[in-house]
Amino acid sequence: MAGPMKMRATAQDGVTEIRVLMAHPMETGQRKDSSGKLVPMHFIQNVTVKLNGKPVVEAQISQAVSRNPVFSFRVKGGAKGDKVEVSWLDNKGETNSTEASVA
Amino acid sequence: MKRLPALALAALACAFAPAQAQQSPYAEYQRMAAENAPVELYVAAGEDAWKKKQGPNNVSLERCDLGQGPGVLRGAYAALPRYFADTDRVMDLEARLLHCMTTLQGRSRAEATKRVFGNADTPSEMEVLSAYIASQSDGMPLKPGRSHPKEKAAYELGRQLFFHRAGPWDFSCASCHGLEGVRIRMSELPVLSEPKYARPLMATWPAYRVSNSVFVTLQWRMNDCYRQMRMPEPTYASDLPIALITYLTVNAEGATYRGPAIKR
Repeated sequence: MAGPMKMRATAQDGVTEIRVLMAHPMETGQRKDSSGKLVPMHFIQNVTVKLNGKPVVEAQISQAVSRNPVFSFRVKGGAKGDKVEVSWLDNKGETNSTEASVA
Repeated sequence: MKRLPALALAALACAFAPAQAQQSPYAEYQRMAAENAPVELYVAAGEDAWKKKQGPNNVSLERCDLGQGPGVLRGAYAALPRYFADTDRVMDLEARLLHCMTTLQGRSRAEATKRVFGNADTPSEMEVLSAYIASQSDGMPLKPGRSHPKEKAAYELGRQLFFHRAGPWDFSCASCHGLEGVRIRMSELPVLSEPKYARPLMATWPAYRVSNSVFVTLQWRMNDCYRQMRMPEPTYASDLPIALITYLTVNAEGATYRGPAIKR
């Protein structure tokens, strides 16, 4: 399901916890469809998290991650009202991003 | 990073901890899966579907009356199924949504029910709408209609269907859901005629199924049970699934709704 992303970011005791849900098929390239043909690989390769425009996480992920994945990150610093931006890029060059304010 | 590896380790630790010996591994699995349920994605897609203008009348479903007044979503799911005077029928959520699609939006029943059950790649409109509307009843007690004569008749029909044996295997719902302490593979089979079992179950539908990454509705559940009993699947939103859903929800009356949840 290509579609929405959902994110929550909360600051507590100098640490910001970011939880983000992404809609993505995350096809491994190993699975066959009902007619026996391989389903082509389609998975998120890069995930970037920015806090107030500054990259704080640059992750490279693979087919091993499940469909519709959930990630959570704990970032030092960050205060209420700060802007968090999460974006992903998959192996087909498709991309999506979402923004939220730290609560 | 992703939480799963940590959770997998936690599960291993639990498996060897004597204190956990009494807890069903299945319950533990459900608890772990629930932490990362992508239900919110379906809720968000459902909100878009609710507000999307479509059909010959080019209107959204935002004026749809789910029993609490046009457009009122808070608590609507928890009070279904119930009798609707405008259609003179007892309707569950999906039947009522279908009614709004055909009346408000002017769509044909054939078009609106062309694809009621989706798959992992593309959920159906009915699935995402169910997720969105059910999420607006979170924390509210299930209070299906049970005073109108037609509501009583639906309950009674549902009760009879639940125990009615038929088909090549001579199965009824009660063949699987009538005995305490039995399982199908890893899933414990709840005795759905008993409020004790019906409550926790009905409080969590509709739901996201982890094993095949799909969001499923109660009508799907009824149809799939009929398929598993080797009987013809009921017509979508017909009186049969509505009666069964009424019976099950009345058995679960008073349970606090905490869905949409996650299933195996």
